[in-house]
Formats: sequence, structure tokens, C-alpha cells
Amino acid sequence: MNTSTKHDGPSATHKAPVATRDKPSADVVRGWLQEVPDPEIPVISVVDLGIIRHIEWQADTLVVHVTPTYSGCPATAEINADIETRLRREGIDKIRLQRQLSPAWRTAWISDEGRAKLLDYGISPPVEGTGACGLGRPETTVCCPRCRSIDTENVSQFGSTPCKAAYRCNACLEPFDYFKCI
Amino acid sequence: MSSSNQTHSESGASPFEFLLQMGDNCLILAHRNSQWCGHGPALEEDIAIANISLDLIGQTQLWLGLAGEVEGAGRSADDLAYLRDAFDFRNLLLVERPNGDFGLTLMRQFLFDAWHLPMLKGLQQSTDQRVAEIAEKSVREVAYHLERSSDLIVRLGDGSEQSHQRMQSALDELWSYTGEMLDFDDLSPTLVSQGMVPQAQGIAEAFNQHVSETLQQATLTQPASEFVRRGGKTGIHSEHLGYVLAEMQFLQRAYPGATW
Repeated sequence: MNTSTKHDGPSATHKAPVATRDKPSADVVRGWLQEVPDPEIPVISVVDLGIIRHIEWQADTLVVHVTPTYSGCPATAEINADIETRLRREGIDKIRLQRQLSPAWRTAWISDEGRAKLLDYGISPPVEGTGACGLGRPETTVCCPRCRSIDTENVSQFGSTPCKAAYRCNACLEPFDYFKCI
Repeated sequence: MSSSNQTHSESGASPFEFLLQMGDNCLILAHRNSQWCGHGPALEEDIAIANISLDLIGQTQLWLGLAGEVEGAGRSADDLAYLRDAFDFRNLLLVERPNGDFGLTLMRQFLFDAWHLPMLKGLQQSTDQRVAEIAEKSVREVAYHLERSSDLIVRLGDGSEQSHQRMQSALDELWSYTGEMLDFDDLSPTLVSQGMVPQAQGIAEAFNQHVSETLQQATLTQPASEFVRRGGKTGIHSEHLGYVLAEMQFLQRAYPGATW
């Protein structure tokens, strides 16, 4: 989709400035962002993750509404920088990334494609409807991404990043990450 | 919003100071917990405590960011975190208590979580939309915090003789610090009457119910004393906060404006 060579930085582009051509539609922009990987889990994109909430033009500025996953997620700043870099590569120079807190991000917004990619990558995708209520741990059936057994055990509700829990497979003994439902 | 910012003529904490309370609780507890990083009793717990700190620091940025906006003096969340002195902090005395052993750290977390979750649920209904949004963002994260701390309180309380004894002495040591969370007498009355902040009573009831049920399961005895230590919410802190700030603020104090 992008015609820049691999040596081109974000500012180098062969395309005309956006003002001289049509403003790309939200769907086109979404298509570009589909290629921006999550920095922590590079197999899924920011679109798969469900954090791109809205794309719109305000006069000649492209506004992308982005919602954070976890409030303290250290990837948030990097995600914004990656989105901006990708859009600049398409010749868009007036960009505003709008932080949107509400409605708060939920794992139900992760796409089916994103879930399949997570499992393939070795992270068991979230089981919806099992988020913490603070009153005891729900019984969650989590599938081992290696052998697909459901004979698995929660080791800790907090894993390698805030969004994951640590699990162990009792069938193949693989330790693995589970993407917590939130 | 401008009308609700003008509370200087009333006695009690202004909206700005209430937002500082929320943010400072998260910040100081996150810093205390981060001191465990690399020292946790088990790898999983080390990771869990660091992740909880991360959530709380994220929430701090939201609360202090809004506090700075409401204050209207151009202070950012970072300015408020790194450039205020102890008497300008509004956190509960509970969260500045030293870490002690893992049992004490865990009991402090549990008592805070058991208040924090119903408080955020109440704040989701705040008449200030910005407050409601931060509460909505935080509430699911904090549900996981309370789930973990309650689970461990039961396992260690109802565990070995040593773990039981340590959890009981942690509870005895920290109990007098819980009362400060449960009434909002320090706040300007309009904050509650105008619906920015929920009624204290409902939150105290949720706290008491969850704590007494969990302690019962954990075979721990809830202290009978009703003595309450107060001060943090009005800026009167223990000596411990100064040490926390000396460490946390060192870089910005020594190299003002440093960024990376």
C-alpha cells in the first residue's frame, strides 16, 4: 500500500500533500492502522486490539480517537508514536490523537482475527464474561495455546504485563500467558 | 465546572483537593509497592505487585492530570507528583505506612483495595463526567487488585501458624488507619450534596462487609478498637511520607525539568 522505500523515514514521502488530494476515508485510514502492530504483542495490530475508537476529519486535521488498554500500560506512548509515524508515511501531516477514556476499553473489543493470532502466538485469548468483580476468582476454562488442553491452572492473576495472567498447562506442562478478561 | 471549583470560601477540601486525595493515594501506594520490585517472596508475587503499581501509577496520571486541570494554574500531573512537599499531599496515612514484611504490605493493600473498589464504583456515578470516566477506567483494574489481595489474605491467614500470626499482627497494626477512609468529613459538604463524590455511608458499608467476610474466611480477628488515626487527607502526615518523597522526587529536585 505504501510506496516508500525501506530507507525512507517518516518525513520522506513520494505522495502529494494531503491538501491536494482527497481526504482518505476512515476505512482507508483504518486499513493503514491495521498494519500498526501492538508494541508488546506484535502479532496483533492496534485495530485488532480494539483501541482505535473513531476516525474523523476535523477541517484539514485527521483526528484518531485512541483508548488506552490499561491506564498504566507503558506501551501507550509508543502506540501513539507508531500511529502517527504510519499516518505521516501516507502523507498526512495534520494529525491529532485524541485520548478517549469512556467507554473504557474492554477485551470484548479484540477482533476474532486478533484472538486467533494471539492463540497462535502462544497467548491464550480472553474468555469473555470472566472479568474480576473483586469478590473471588471466577472459574475460568483457559485453553493451552501449545497443546489446546483445557486442563490448565492459574498460577497468578498478574503475568508478564498488566493485561495478562500466568497459567500452567497440566497436560503438556507448558507455562503460558492468558490475556485477562477486563 | 467553574462554579464547583470555587469552594475557597467554604470549609473542607475543594474539588482540587479531593482529586489530589484520589491521585496521591494511588501514587504513594504505587511507590511503596514498587519498592518490592526484585524483592518479592516469589516470582509471581514480585510480578503481581509491580503490575499493580503500574495500574496505580496510570490511575495517578489520570487523577492528578484532572486535578491540575481543575486547579487551572497550569500544573501538570508530573508537577503535582514531583514538586509538592509533604504537607501538600492528601493521601491517607494508611498508604504511606512502611512496607514491613510481605504480610504487612499485603494487608495494607487489602484494606486499601476493599475501600478503593466501592469508592470507584460510587464515583462512576459522579455528576462530574471527567471524574466518572476516570472511575470507569480504573474500576476493572482495581477489581483484579481486590481479588488478588483478598485471595492471599485468606490463604495466608488460614495458612501456617507463622503466616497466620504475621497476618494477624499486620491487621492489628494497620486497623486504626482504616477509619480515615470511611468518612468524608474533611470534604466540603457540597462535593457530596452536588454528587461529585458519593455518600460515605454506602462505601463504608461495602468496605465493612467485604472486610469482615474475608477476615472470617481467613480465620483472622477483626480488632475491636474504634480508635481512628487521621491527618493524611488534610496534609498532616507521618514522618514516613518525607522519606518516600525524598526518594521519589530526588531526580526532579536535583535536576529540575529533566526529561528522558
